[in-house]
Amino acid sequence: MMDKNKIYRPESLTDVQNIYCSGCGHGIIHRLVAEIIDELEIREKTIAVAPVGCAVFAYFYWNFDVTEAAHGRPPAVATGIKRILPDRVVFTYQGDGDLAAIGTAEIIHAANRGENITVVFVNNAVYGMTGGQMAPTTLIKQKTTTSPRGRNPRYSGFPIKISEALAALDGTTYIERVSVHNVKNVINAKRALKKAFKIQIEGKGFSMVEFLAMCPVGWAMSSEDSVKWIEEKMIPEYPLGVIKDA
Amino acid sequence: MIRIMHKILIKGNHAVVEGGIQAGCMAYYGYPITPQNEITAYMAKRMGEEGRVFIQSESEIAAINMVFGSSLTGARTMTSSSSPGISLKQEGISYMAGCELPGVIVNVQRGGPGLGNISGAQGDYFQSTRGGGHGDYRTIVLAPYSVQEMFDFTIKAFDLADKYRIPVILHTDGYLGQMYEPVLVKELKSDRKTKKDWILDGCKDRKPRMIRSLLMDEGELEEHNWKLNKLYDKIKMKEASCQTCFTEDAVVAIVSYGTSARICESAVNILRGKGIKACLIRPTTLWPFPEKTISTIAKKVKNFLVVEMSLGQMVEDVKLAVNGMSRVHFYGSPGGGIPETKVVVKKVKEIIK
Repeated sequence: MMDKNKIYRPESLTDVQNIYCSGCGHGIIHRLVAEIIDELEIREKTIAVAPVGCAVFAYFYWNFDVTEAAHGRPPAVATGIKRILPDRVVFTYQGDGDLAAIGTAEIIHAANRGENITVVFVNNAVYGMTGGQMAPTTLIKQKTTTSPRGRNPRYSGFPIKISEALAALDGTTYIERVSVHNVKNVINAKRALKKAFKIQIEGKGFSMVEFLAMCPVGWAMSSEDSVKWIEEKMIPEYPLGVIKDA
Repeated sequence: MIRIMHKILIKGNHAVVEGGIQAGCMAYYGYPITPQNEITAYMAKRMGEEGRVFIQSESEIAAINMVFGSSLTGARTMTSSSSPGISLKQEGISYMAGCELPGVIVNVQRGGPGLGNISGAQGDYFQSTRGGGHGDYRTIVLAPYSVQEMFDFTIKAFDLADKYRIPVILHTDGYLGQMYEPVLVKELKSDRKTKKDWILDGCKDRKPRMIRSLLMDEGELEEHNWKLNKLYDKIKMKEASCQTCFTEDAVVAIVSYGTSARICESAVNILRGKGIKACLIRPTTLWPFPEKTISTIAKKVKNFLVVEMSLGQMVEDVKLAVNGMSRVHFYGSPGGGIPETKVVVKKVKEIIK
């Protein structure tokens, strides 16, 4: 039995130093994925699809089979895997640029087909890896390298609520939005993600959890301010909770 | 259902499907585009009957990425399209080449550029033989010229893809796709036992694996590209192929592939009937290009005529193979036009005058 008071490394997480910036949400979410895969005892039957973006190196951090995919294409790649191997657990891990901009067609149609896969969607309102450009999820007035005067919806549109959009599709089973900006929310996020994986294991169809995550470097903020920014700015725009549970 | 060793009358596009079924293609992904729609529609029926995977994807991009996904599990998989759709698949083909994933991509070419038209054409030769997408890579390119070869080469495409872990293009066109011809359904010779010790199927009783083309360490990508080049050299050595006829005493050689080679075949027969010593060289692999055969023939034959349904693309490879030893002439019909037998005959007569 694991000693709950001790820090342990899940078997599904490799003993490799990751490249994530301090205060970044990815490390927490990677660990949640790894803990859940351990707890569900599915490490040896899991195949993950890593994105293009900050999590592009996810295959170094997870101790199970992982493939890369072209930018935005993980849902199509996951479809190709899952249809051949329906008894394996297949999930994609995608950022907001990957999923909600260049890969919009792929996520909508994978969801609409009700592909029995799980999507880990990380929304940090910015393109992180390429240096903090405006994302489709960037908040109105939020400054980025490509919206230096703040996002103006007249020219750049509005923060896209992809989870709500996918929830409107008959093909989707379970969609929840969570956050990892404090302990309480991390615990809740784990519960949601575990449920998403269970839905796939039970063959109930498409499940997705959207994680609001900190990007202090992309936001040009301290780690502490990033946590506050999620609480004060992001959550009002992207309300937390179950969006669909069919 | 079709039976082995039976002769059947079948459309070129349908022959591709039956070839895929015979070769053990477990998943097909496609998107509607003329003139290849019969492949997708017939696949929907046949894959259903066989209990295999069929998806009409939301886009060509999605289709090739579904192929990417199925391929990495070790399953034989394919997609098909026509020229504008093949352009969209190039991203995925580049990733497959980088990740060393096998797969079959059928291009039933139509006229271009742009939306072009829906006639058969051979304007995608450069795209097929030069990689097509970004980066330093090649794909094997097979060029059938009959419905029988549409069937046979589809099976061969799967074997080559698995053997070398490389995407293989079946480079055909709208005329061959729409044409009906008798096909002898031969016994399956397809080699499905290629060892696949790289696939992702869950890390039970083994170490986790990864599939990737992102190689960021110092010199890592350079090394990978050299490794791919070694593979390409091996393929060049072993797989270049072409069909020749009447080369022994020829004074003029016609080089043509696919649909245009059928016209040239007729032209060569007419020329021979008139006592003109013409021969035909028909590449059946466009990459690797049968440069050795052409180079050998160029030592004796001083005039070449390249005939293509394009403004002249393969002619560049012929010139490279001939390497100044002989004169290389060209006759092309772009934009869905068909070269005429009598024009080919006339051109040859002019050349040897």
